[in-house]
Amino acid sequence: MESFFSRYKNPILLIAVLFVQVIILASQVRRPEDPKNPGSGGTRLIRVWVVNIFTPVERAFVGTGRFFRNGWHNYVDLHDVRKQNQQLQAEVDRLRMQQAKLKEDAEQAHRLQALLDFKERFIGTTIAAQIIGTAGSEQSRVIYIDKGARNGLKQDMAVITPDGIVGKIREVYFMSSQVLLINDRDSGAGVILEKSRLQGDLHGGSQGETVVKNIMSDEKVDIGDQVLTSGGDRIYPKGLPVGVVTTVNTDPDKPLFLSIGVKPSTNLSRLEEVLVVTKMTEELPNANQISGPIRAADILAQRLPSVPKVPEKATDKSADKNQPSQKPAGKPQDKIGATPDSAQPTKPAANVTNDQTKKPAGANSGKEKSTKPLSSQTPKTKTPKEPVNESGQAPETAPPAIAKPDKPATEPPANAEKPPE
Amino acid sequence: MSGAVTYTSREEIDVHRFSWGISIGIPLLAIFLQIFLPVRLGFLAIFDLPLLVTIFFAVARRKPITGLLTGALIGTVQDAFTSQPIGLNGIAKTMIGYLASSLGVRLDVENPGSRFLMTFAFYLAHRFIYMIIDMGLVGTNEPQNWGHLLFCAVCNGTLAIPLFMLLDRFKLRS
Repeated sequence: MESFFSRYKNPILLIAVLFVQVIILASQVRRPEDPKNPGSGGTRLIRVWVVNIFTPVERAFVGTGRFFRNGWHNYVDLHDVRKQNQQLQAEVDRLRMQQAKLKEDAEQAHRLQALLDFKERFIGTTIAAQIIGTAGSEQSRVIYIDKGARNGLKQDMAVITPDGIVGKIREVYFMSSQVLLINDRDSGAGVILEKSRLQGDLHGGSQGETVVKNIMSDEKVDIGDQVLTSGGDRIYPKGLPVGVVTTVNTDPDKPLFLSIGVKPSTNLSRLEEVLVVTKMTEELPNANQISGPIRAADILAQRLPSVPKVPEKATDKSADKNQPSQKPAGKPQDKIGATPDSAQPTKPAANVTNDQTKKPAGANSGKEKSTKPLSSQTPKTKTPKEPVNESGQAPETAPPAIAKPDKPATEPPANAEKPPE
Repeated sequence: MSGAVTYTSREEIDVHRFSWGISIGIPLLAIFLQIFLPVRLGFLAIFDLPLLVTIFFAVARRKPITGLLTGALIGTVQDAFTSQPIGLNGIAKTMIGYLASSLGVRLDVENPGSRFLMTFAFYLAHRFIYMIIDMGLVGTNEPQNWGHLLFCAVCNGTLAIPLFMLLDRFKLRS
């Protein structure tokens, strides 16, 4: 017996070691994961120890490299800054014009969302984190960031960049966290196609590709269509860019469904810094917080100097665009020119609802938009038809149409109480 | 370091030993580089430095028990950084360590050509074992890109030649 073991000690030990590892592996696969504490169990200790041993070294390397790189970029490599600054200034000017055009649409969209009791999840707070490591394997697409439990990170927090979503936090350690990228085969995210508004699930593939599934094969999907987060997974905020549709094929596993290849908006192989969404606020978009209880009559009164009821107000409103603080806050008329931060809700929500129903042009043009979920950042809405033409004169039908709703809704402004001398 | 690990080869002249620092430090450095370098250079993920180190130590020491234990430890630590269950790399590298040390007893593994072929074959065997475990135990059924797999095997075999020459310098001969 002794000679048997001594003769076959190598294969016996091999079998013993393999047996132990198979048992450990099988226990991880079979054991149902605790939904409140995923990743718990004996194997988590191995991960915690290993990651906590390696993390300080990685942080030191990344920090040192960042120090020298920043020194180079911030002090030495500045020869194109002036030219770039001019380009950026031109870009800022262009975006300001674009923002002015979109602002009114966004405000109207939020008012309509409030009307429909449409709750939306906003990004509350974020924490910037730096990538310090990867899985080092093509079979597992995870990254490690230099923020962990001591920074308030928790599992299933969304990780994003300005370009789009990156993944979600899978494991949290004291000084670092493991982020499961969206192209990992275990990942999943609820997405929506921007044009067709079709909703599906984003999954990663074994080769690192990202695929949208669970969309019926009889639906029409265009290549190049933008893919956004739908918010249905309760992890990623709604409306964030995910990628662009590159291929549309039938799912080989489910012939009734499509398999839509997506090129991620974020370059997942060249990540350096990311943002972790630590808090999301789910709230009703309140029109009062955005632009105040604007009434249709007020808007039209602002734009129509010829309205007989408030001739001074119309002229004042044009001046308000440049000097909004000259008027006392609290009056509904003042909210038109007020900034979102300075605007305080002074009217009840019912007033807003009432005003919206009175709105002749905006309500009609925005009703069809309200059936689609709108992104909180750049709502794709058409510019409402303004009752004022290019020269600033009101159309012929406008004054009689607004004369009636304006009468009960518009109180005399503070400066209008005293008749002009 | 005075206390050297006395793993002797079966060569008549050379006895390969490695100091404790090298025996522990090189695998840790390989794992560190494996998880750190792809942060900036993503394509480096095609290399499997822990596997190459496992093969090198297993072949140089030529003791199956040492080879399989080295592979088991390196693979388990490597698994800790992935999103997969712990044990996939551990089992695969345990078997590779055992096979490589058994092969080192029988063949000349000092030649660059034989090192390339050996690493090429062991890389494919490692991926094959990994895939079998992944499908059989974890239940994953993902298609494999065989062309990419061969490309990775060639790359790892090519890298093994200079890497093994570098690691040969740490052998303690007596």
